[in-house]
Amino acid sequence: MSLLDQPSSSSLSGGGTTRGQAWGLVGLLAAAVMAWLVFAVWPDWLNAILISKKAFVSAILNGITLAGLYFLVASGFTLIFGLMRNVNLAHGSLYLLGAYIGYEVTNRTGYWLLGVAAGFAVLAIVGVVMQVFVFRRLEGDDLRQTLVSIGISIVAADLMLAVWAGGTYQITTPEWLDGALTLPIITAVRSNGVSVFLTYPLYRVVVLAAAIVIGVGLWLMLHKTRVGMMIRAGVDDRAMLQASGVNVHAVFAIVFAVGAGLAGFAGVVGGSALSVAPGEDVRYLLASLVVVIVGGMGSITGAAIGALLIGLAEQIGLVYFPTYGIVLTFVIMVVTLAVRPQGIMGKAR
Amino acid sequence: MRMHRRTLLALAVFTGLTAPSMALAADDTIKIGLLATFEGPFTVLGEDGERGAMTAVAEMNGTVAGKKIEIVKGSSDASPDSAVRAARKLVEQDGVKVLVGPLSGDEGIAVKDYAKTQPNVTFINGTSAAQDTTLRDPAENFFRFSTDGAQWMAGLGTYAFNDKGYKKVATVAEDYSFPYTQVFGFMAEFCKAGGHVPSKSWVPIGNKDFSSVIAAIPEDVDAIYVALGGADAVNFLTQYQQGGGSAPLIGGSITVDQTVLTSKGKLKDVLKGTPSAGPTADTNDAPAWKAFVEAYKKQPGAFPSPSLFAHGYYVDMKATLLGLDQVGGDVSDGGKKLRDALSKLSFDTPTGKVSLDKNRNAIADIFLTEVTEGADGNLMNKLVKVVPQVNQTLGIPEDEFMKLGAVNRDNPSCP
Repeated sequence: MSLLDQPSSSSLSGGGTTRGQAWGLVGLLAAAVMAWLVFAVWPDWLNAILISKKAFVSAILNGITLAGLYFLVASGFTLIFGLMRNVNLAHGSLYLLGAYIGYEVTNRTGYWLLGVAAGFAVLAIVGVVMQVFVFRRLEGDDLRQTLVSIGISIVAADLMLAVWAGGTYQITTPEWLDGALTLPIITAVRSNGVSVFLTYPLYRVVVLAAAIVIGVGLWLMLHKTRVGMMIRAGVDDRAMLQASGVNVHAVFAIVFAVGAGLAGFAGVVGGSALSVAPGEDVRYLLASLVVVIVGGMGSITGAAIGALLIGLAEQIGLVYFPTYGIVLTFVIMVVTLAVRPQGIMGKAR
Repeated sequence: MRMHRRTLLALAVFTGLTAPSMALAADDTIKIGLLATFEGPFTVLGEDGERGAMTAVAEMNGTVAGKKIEIVKGSSDASPDSAVRAARKLVEQDGVKVLVGPLSGDEGIAVKDYAKTQPNVTFINGTSAAQDTTLRDPAENFFRFSTDGAQWMAGLGTYAFNDKGYKKVATVAEDYSFPYTQVFGFMAEFCKAGGHVPSKSWVPIGNKDFSSVIAAIPEDVDAIYVALGGADAVNFLTQYQQGGGSAPLIGGSITVDQTVLTSKGKLKDVLKGTPSAGPTADTNDAPAWKAFVEAYKKQPGAFPSPSLFAHGYYVDMKATLLGLDQVGGDVSDGGKKLRDALSKLSFDTPTGKVSLDKNRNAIADIFLTEVTEGADGNLMNKLVKVVPQVNQTLGIPEDEFMKLGAVNRDNPSCP
């Protein structure tokens, strides 16, 4: 990051442009190409290469909305790691438990929003309980904390299988979230001159909006509030924060509550967009691990960038080379580890 | 000294615990391994497979040839290596001589290969329905009394083209041997009738987000042929409905199975009227089928109507027990007598007569169906037509059929 931004005195191509300007130009060009790809009516040769404009633009949009979901899960994961050096491998279980609770509450009360709120609240409490009764006892012992969290995830997966069995659940979304939006993007022009516009499920747009709002909210909390200040101080130097008279255990509990609550929230929102079934816990744990490794441990902005990269890679891979799509995700991870081991936004330690 | 006594005591207790079970196994019980997917994306399917198998055991009152049947369960997660691991555990640790399973396509091929290394153990399929489990390079000791995925599609391609009037169909299916076989079975007839398949999407098992795949389906197709199972099918159908999909669907055998039709959500509107074909039909009027449904419903957690997996595991377990009954439960000769009996076995199942061909693959009736809503609001498969006694080469002479080549992503093709 800092390397890329620093204007370099040595000229790149001899034309007198600085490195920063060159990168800016590349960025502008990429943005222009992207805008053209999205808004222009495609010529036939492009349709032939990329299947169809509808497929391409949908893959991009789906990648972005999936990124929103990954961000919700990974932001809690990265916060907890950043502050407590605790790789909580039970984070995926929190997601799945949130989804099941959201399903039960929605099904019984008939109010989806109540389900979402319950998913957040119950999991926030579970998070605090986990922090106070399990992780606090093992403080400073990273390896044992990690091993215990694996144990918790295995026990939790079997308990959930016992209660909710192996079936696939679909959380019912309310009427006002159903249906599709017509976007001002022309995908094709029929032979009679009528333009075909792209339609996109409204619910996914709402998921994306929720992720953005929560991301901005988290950023504001971290940078504009007193608690956020303490958390950031704790990420940088926990001992010094403790020495200056802050009750770090209270800060830890708050972070764990927020992190676990976000996982539960993502569970309900994600369970409504896709579905709830055993195995989801591992899938989201893996996704958030990759997102956090790519984005940089402990950074919210990093989680957002990582989620965007992984979400887009997954969806584009699924459309254009489905069999090997999963490889793309890991290629991104390997390249990041090789070039910038601390992650895109991570601080070198 | 004290340590020594304690060790001795522990040893004694341990022997006391294990010895009787070993002795029992040798005498008046017979161990049968039951391998199904009790974890992963096909968990619901595996659980119903078990219900089917246990229905067959219950029909014999839990005994065969005077010996008590002991079922040892093995669990896989639908991946071939997990199936082989579970089969190895059942055969090499639990010592079963007869094994019923596995459930899904790639697992079947892997277990067939494992069967070749265990010539003294008799393997009877569960519901795995990849073509090459028995068609190419079969194992002498692997039997399939349930039919394969291409056989299940008998009649569907012609019905879609002639009766439904679909000329152009896109396919969406999971990326492994069973859906290849299903798509092959559908296209064999559909292409022959004059239909075209311009686009085939293969998605990984356990994929959750299908919306990009749905967007990539060409807009000018008359219908979409969907061969997805369990949670994958539920996800696809829900997202298809959310995205405002309008093209009618044609179902693979496990896509419109009870395991999917009974799932909770808004699937009903998308699924009603979907034609499909498979080894069972929910509204079958035959008394044998009705009796089977009643017997099946006694199992805990049963669906309103047995799924294809319950049926497949029932038929295969029933065949196993009939075979064991004929040889008096004697597998001490490495199962040779049992395998002879099984090869010659021909019996009446709830879905008609079943017999084996020379590759030990079943010849049986196939049912053409259409999804309807029952009086109680449950979705079910209405029987449209029975295609009698379909063999593995779909009625085509064998040498001609083999020339069509092994099923894979690109074969067959008729864009």
